[in-house]
Amino acid sequence: MSGTIFDISKSGRSAKAQMPKGVNEKHNIPKNYLRKDKPLLPEVSELQVVRHYTNLSRKNFSIDTQFYPLGSCTMKYNPRGVHRLAFLEGFLNHHPLSLDENSQGFMACAYELQEILKVVTGMRGVSLTPMAGAQGEFAGVAMIRAYHELRGDTLRDEIIVPDAAHGTNPATAAQCGYKVIEIPTGPDGNVDIEALRKIAGPKTAGIMLTNPSTLGVFDQNIQEIAKTIHSVGGLLYYDGANLNAILGKVRPGDMGFDVMHINLHKTFATPHGGGGPGGGPVAVSERLVPFLPTPIVGKTETGFRWLTKEQCPQSIGRLSAFMGNAGIILRAYMYARLLGQEGMIRIAEYATLNANYLLTKLRKAGFTPAYPKRLASHEFIITLKNEARDLHINALDVAKRLLDYGFHAPTMYFPLLVPECLLIEPTETESKEVLDAFADTMIKILEEAKTNPELLKNAPHHLPVRRLDEVKAARELDLVYNPQLPSDV
Amino acid sequence: MPFIPHTKEDTKAMLETIGVSSMADLFKEIPSALQTANLSNLAPQLNESELSRLMHERANLDNHLTCFIGAGAYQHHIPAAVWEVTSRGEFLTAYTPYQAEASQGTLQLLYEFQTMMAGLMALDVSNASLYDGASALAEAILMAARHERKAETHKVLLPRTIHPLYREVVKAIVGQHDHIELIEIDFDLKTGQTTLEKISGDRFTALVIPQPNFFGVLEDTDELTDWIHKKNGLAIAVVNPLAMSLLKPPGLWGEKGADIACGEGQPLGIPLAAGGPYYGFLCCRQDLVRQMPGRIVGRTVDAEGKQGFVLTLQAREQHIRRAKANSNICTNQGLLVTASTIYMSLMGPEGLRLTALASHQNTVFLQEKLSKLSGVNIIFNSPLFHELVIKIKQPVDEVIQKLAKFKIQAGFALQKYYPELGNCLLICVTETKTKEDIEFFTKKLKEVIDQPVTTRAET
Repeated sequence: MSGTIFDISKSGRSAKAQMPKGVNEKHNIPKNYLRKDKPLLPEVSELQVVRHYTNLSRKNFSIDTQFYPLGSCTMKYNPRGVHRLAFLEGFLNHHPLSLDENSQGFMACAYELQEILKVVTGMRGVSLTPMAGAQGEFAGVAMIRAYHELRGDTLRDEIIVPDAAHGTNPATAAQCGYKVIEIPTGPDGNVDIEALRKIAGPKTAGIMLTNPSTLGVFDQNIQEIAKTIHSVGGLLYYDGANLNAILGKVRPGDMGFDVMHINLHKTFATPHGGGGPGGGPVAVSERLVPFLPTPIVGKTETGFRWLTKEQCPQSIGRLSAFMGNAGIILRAYMYARLLGQEGMIRIAEYATLNANYLLTKLRKAGFTPAYPKRLASHEFIITLKNEARDLHINALDVAKRLLDYGFHAPTMYFPLLVPECLLIEPTETESKEVLDAFADTMIKILEEAKTNPELLKNAPHHLPVRRLDEVKAARELDLVYNPQLPSDV
Repeated sequence: MPFIPHTKEDTKAMLETIGVSSMADLFKEIPSALQTANLSNLAPQLNESELSRLMHERANLDNHLTCFIGAGAYQHHIPAAVWEVTSRGEFLTAYTPYQAEASQGTLQLLYEFQTMMAGLMALDVSNASLYDGASALAEAILMAARHERKAETHKVLLPRTIHPLYREVVKAIVGQHDHIELIEIDFDLKTGQTTLEKISGDRFTALVIPQPNFFGVLEDTDELTDWIHKKNGLAIAVVNPLAMSLLKPPGLWGEKGADIACGEGQPLGIPLAAGGPYYGFLCCRQDLVRQMPGRIVGRTVDAEGKQGFVLTLQAREQHIRRAKANSNICTNQGLLVTASTIYMSLMGPEGLRLTALASHQNTVFLQEKLSKLSGVNIIFNSPLFHELVIKIKQPVDEVIQKLAKFKIQAGFALQKYYPELGNCLLICVTETKTKEDIEFFTKKLKEVIDQPVTTRAET
C-alpha cells in the first residue's frame, strides 16, 4: 500500500461536493492564452483523498507520536489549543491588506509579541517578519551591512563564523556579500579566543555565534568575545537556534549581542509541519533599530498601525509580500501567554535538567560525551568513535536502530568537527519516564552492537521502508511521477 | 508549570542522578553576571480557557467583511478535509524529513506535490517550496544569475506590472548581490500590459513575466518569452498557480517555453490568515535543477528494492556546502504544502479549472455592471483573469472607508505604488462571491460615488 495518489486516479472521477456550481464555458480570454491540455493532477473521490493522506501521515514520526530528541531543533510539545485558536474565523479570513482599523485584533497580538521578545532577549527593537531562522539571519547580516555602510565604514568585508556553526551562518554571510572567516573551537568547546584576537580587525564586519553553541556547551568567554569584536568596530550576531537553553535565564542583549533571530518553531513551540513554516523574528540593540525589516506594528493613541518604509526610511526593506508567517506569529504569541512570567522562567531550567539527566545516564552506561568535563546546556553530544573503531558500527547505524524502537533519532554527524556524533536535545516537555526509556534503549542497542551488529547495520527493520538508497536518488533523479512508468516496485 | 511534566520528586531524583544539589548548579558554568534575565514585565500566565476568551475577543475585532481585495492573496473555498487532515499530529508536528525511513509520509507527499506543480506549470521539475511568492521570485532571479556563470554583471528586467510588494522584496534580497542590476520596465496605460518598447541594450540575464499581472491583466506571454530568448536571457514566469489550470502554462509559452516558474501557492487551499504562512513554489527546466534552492525530494528504493522517498541533491544546500551553498534557505513551508497537495487532489484538474473559470466569470460580471455606472471607468482594455482596475472621481481611500461601513472590503488602492493611476482601485472577485454579493457591491459603490465629493471621510 505505498502507491502514489496518481496510481489511484481515474479520468472522470472527482470530489463533487467541492466543485463550484453554475459555471458555464463562457469567457473572454483569447484562444492563444488558454491551456489546451489537462494538467497531471489526480482525479479521485473525497474519501480516496482523505484515506490516502491519512495513511501517509501514519508513516511519519512526530512529536505527537514519538520522542523526537533532534538536537538543535527543539522538538517540544506544540500546544493544541494554540493551533485551534489560530483557526478562529476572524484571523483566518483576514486579508493582509485590510484597513488598519479592521486589523486591530491581529495587530494587538503581534505588537505584544514584539514587546515580549524584547523582554526575553534584552534587545531594544523587534521585527517579526522574517519567515524562518535563515531569513532572520539574512535580515541580521543585511542590517550589519547597512549599519557599517551608513557610517561610511565600507572596508569591512569579513564575517567571522566558528567551525561549529550551523551551515546557515556561513551561507547567509556569503549571500550578503561577505567573505566568511572560519574560526576554530578549543578543546573545551569554547571559541578559540586567541585565534579570534588574531583574526578580528578593521576588516571585521561582525561575528555570528550561537551560545550555547551547537556543541551543547555555554561559551564562558562570551563577554571577552564581545569586547574583542566591539573593540575593532564589529557587531555580534546571535543565532537564536539554541535560545531554549537560556530562555528566562540569560539574555543575548546582556551578553553583548547586537542582533539576533528567534526560531519561533523551536523556542516558541509553533508546529514544525514536516519542515516548516518556521518563524525568524529579529531583535536588535539600540543602534540597529532604524534598520529593522518592515512591516513592524506600532502603537498610537488611536490603536495599532503598520510601520513601513515611509516611517522607517533606513529599513533594509521588506522580506515577504505581507506580514511574514502571520499565523505563526499568532501561535507564538499565544504560547508566550500560556507560559507567562512563571512559565517562561522555567524553560531553560527544565530543558537543561533533562539534557544533563540524560547525559548522566548515558555516560554511566558507557557512552562517550564529546565534552566530558562540561555541563550540558539544553542539548549534548555523544561520540561513537570508540564503538566505530571497536565494533564497526557508526552513528548512522545507531540512529536507524533507534527508529525501530519507536524513537526519532538525534541529529547525526553535526556539528561536523565531532566524529560519529549524535546531538541529543530532549526539551523540557518530556518526562523522566521517557528519558529513562530512551536511555534503556540506547543501552540495549549498545549491547546489540556487541552481540549482533547486523541488527544495527541493517536497521531499520520495522518501518514502512528499509534503509533507503540516497546515492541512487541523487544519480538517477526521479523528482516527478511519470504516469508511463510503474509505481511501487 | 505549563507543559513541564516533572513532579517535585522527579526533579529531586534527577538532580541527584546528575550529582548536583540544585537547579542553579546546572548553570554554574554561565558567568553569574549574565544570569540577569528580568521577566517582571511579562504578564502572568493564562490557562487555555482564559487564552481562548482573549483570542475570541481579538478575533472579533478583525473584520468579517465581504472581501473584494485580491492583490496577491485570494479568498477561495477550502474543503474541510484539507485542514482536517493537514492538522493530524503526524504532519503538523514532524520536523524536516532528515530521517527518511521515519518520514515517508511527508516525503511521499512532497514528491506528489512536486509532480502536481511541475504538471500545472508544464515544466520538468519543482522544489518542495520556499517561504512565499515574493521571496520565491527573488530566488528565481538569483538562480538565473547563477546560471549565467560567465558574466560578471547581470541585468534582470523587472516589469512594473509585477506586484509592487514583490518588487520591494526582490530589491531587499537581490539588492544584497552587488553584481545583479534590476531594471524596471513600464506598462502601456491603455492595455495595462508590459511594454518592451523603451528597452535599450542587448544582453539581459532574465525577464520576469507575470501572468496574470498585478492589474489582473493577461500578458502576451508568448511574445515576451520569445523576446527574452532572442536576447539569450531566461524567461522567469511569476504566475497565479490556480490560473494555470485555465491559462497557457509557463512551460508552453512562446517557442521554447519559460525556463523558470515561480509564484505564490496561497490560492491553492491556504487561508488568507492575515498574510501567512503561505508558500512559494519554484519550478524549472531539468537542466537548471542544480541551480535550484530549497529542499527537493526524489524517489528511490530501499535495501529490499521497495519504492521510497528521500531528500536529494543536498550538495546544493547550506548544511553541506556552507558558504558555497546556492542559498541560505533551510526551512520550507511543509505544512502549507501538505494542505495544498490535499487541496489539489480534492479539486483535481477540473475542479481547479472550474474555480478559475468561475472567478473569471464573476469578475467579468462585475466589470459589466460597473461599466454601466457613470463616474466609473474600466481603464485597461485587455483580457483579464479575476481582477480589474477601475478609475473613479473620488479619492479611493475615502471610497474604501465608506464601503467598509457596508461590510464591503472594496479592493486595493493603486495610487501609492502607481502615481499615474490616481483614484484607481484594484478589485478581485473569486468564485466565493455570489451574484447578490456583486450586485450589492455595485449598488453601494454607486451610492458612495454619487455622493458629493468630501474632503474628509464622514464620522
